[in-house]
Amino acid sequence: MIKRSKNILPGFTLSLGFSLTFISIIVFLPLAALALKSTELSFQQFIQTISHARSLSAIKLTFFTAIMAAAINMVIGMLVAWVFVRYEFPFKQWIDALIDLPFALPTAVAGLVYANLYMRNGWVGQILALAGIDISYSSTAIILVLVFTGFPFVVRAVQPVLEEIEPELEEAAAILGASRLQTFCLVLWPMLRPAVVTGFALALARGLGEYGSVIFVSSNLPGQTEVAPTLIVARIEENKYAEATALALVLLTASFFLLGAINFWERWSRRHE
Amino acid sequence: MNNGHGIRMAASSAREDPAWLKFSLITMALMIVGFLIGVPVIHVFWQALSGGIKAYLSNIFEDPANRDAIFTTLYVAPRAVFLNLLFGISSAWLVSRFKFPGRTILLTLIDMPFAISPVVVGLGLVLLYGSSGLLGPSLASVGIQVLFNSPALVLATTFVTLPFIVRELIPIMESIGPDEELAALSLGASGLQIFFRITLPSLTLGLLYGTILCTARAVGEFGAIYVVSGRIAGRGQTIPLRVEQLFQQYQTPADFALASILTVIALATLSARKIMQSLSNQRHATDQAKRIPA
Repeated sequence: MIKRSKNILPGFTLSLGFSLTFISIIVFLPLAALALKSTELSFQQFIQTISHARSLSAIKLTFFTAIMAAAINMVIGMLVAWVFVRYEFPFKQWIDALIDLPFALPTAVAGLVYANLYMRNGWVGQILALAGIDISYSSTAIILVLVFTGFPFVVRAVQPVLEEIEPELEEAAAILGASRLQTFCLVLWPMLRPAVVTGFALALARGLGEYGSVIFVSSNLPGQTEVAPTLIVARIEENKYAEATALALVLLTASFFLLGAINFWERWSRRHE
Repeated sequence: MNNGHGIRMAASSAREDPAWLKFSLITMALMIVGFLIGVPVIHVFWQALSGGIKAYLSNIFEDPANRDAIFTTLYVAPRAVFLNLLFGISSAWLVSRFKFPGRTILLTLIDMPFAISPVVVGLGLVLLYGSSGLLGPSLASVGIQVLFNSPALVLATTFVTLPFIVRELIPIMESIGPDEELAALSLGASGLQIFFRITLPSLTLGLLYGTILCTARAVGEFGAIYVVSGRIAGRGQTIPLRVEQLFQQYQTPADFALASILTVIALATLSARKIMQSLSNQRHATDQAKRIPA
């Protein structure tokens, strides 16, 4: 009605009807069931559930491991993006394609390999053991698999921005007497920052909800190495749906907040370029 | 003179890092990618094939539970991909060709699965279709068992993989624009003719890549399926769930043999992406070449 010229193509009613029915059944109904269940909880019950010692430690561990992994990814992601954009070396194209593997590889496989490789008896685990490091079934192991599952986010966010930066900017900085380090910190970093933050937030959101790979490498001990998704599954198996829902709400709020923040940040930084 | 030469030197070397820095950064990046991705991939195949090809095949196919897991995956993944293909085409057409109230809400709902933990998706389905759920009892009374049964696996997989095809199609359709379709319409083409002769051919690459990506994710889905499957051996156990079960039973060779199937699918997906990218770059290049003389 508003834009008649756009609506003269056929198929509006059909595609609208089909899309809405589909998304209602697949996405909206399960989320509505979650929302409805959460209204059964009073605010006090909700607080009680998530401040229960086991829930609290699971939530803390989830945020701790996900933030640590996203922070590590921020650093190594920038380094890898820089190297793949700026330098030439053999097999670059193929190695670059491999960076997306964590998006395509099932998390169960990642969990299995990492458990087998980085634990006490594994190839890499034995080398680490020589240095006195044993990460088997610890929260460090959780961080390691989360670094894997979130690895492509920062790299893929930074790469296109780095490619777009005009050489003139760095040349000008060099002519004006800036060192390479100064050029990076004062000229390049401000341009890369929005992409880095976006990648960080995406990796964080992914890490908060990760389940498949974590259960392989963690001992999943309540109160120690149990993350929130693992506790949610445990509560579902005990038929304690209200408690599972309370924990789910914490995860949902965190990831929606993160995605909202990214949207806001991207719009804000575009406006202030 | 001297000064100008200095400036030119500074300008040309502005993007050149010193060799030692370059070398150490490349080494570090390769070690990161190597330890994070390279070594694990090699390790999967090393472990899977350590007993020889014969042991590898019997590890995969001899155990009936493995065969069941493969059949379940072959049942669930194509259904979820097909559903998402229908949805992807329908809503890409809707979003890129029409303006309507609620368009932003639809786009938000499409992106939702990216932000939600698969475990939470599973919980939503349990709350909906469980025996004490919202729809579970009434569906059970007409003889439909959704939860702990294949419909729940398909629903969970479809939810988790929903954005992949749509998100691939929308930018392509928006960049092409409706001009050709409007021209066809003005020449008297029917809706179906427009769709099959104009829209669909321009989407081939996007559809193919979206489908491949969606398939890879559908085959590998774990958390959501873990919750709704009930994990009864042979009933609703997909390959990733079987991988976890074998891990619990310390059956390492069989476990890696199954995992190698999933790894091959993941590597094939990446290769497909690489090939499609170079194809679309070529197409782009020839388009531009055609445009220049005109």
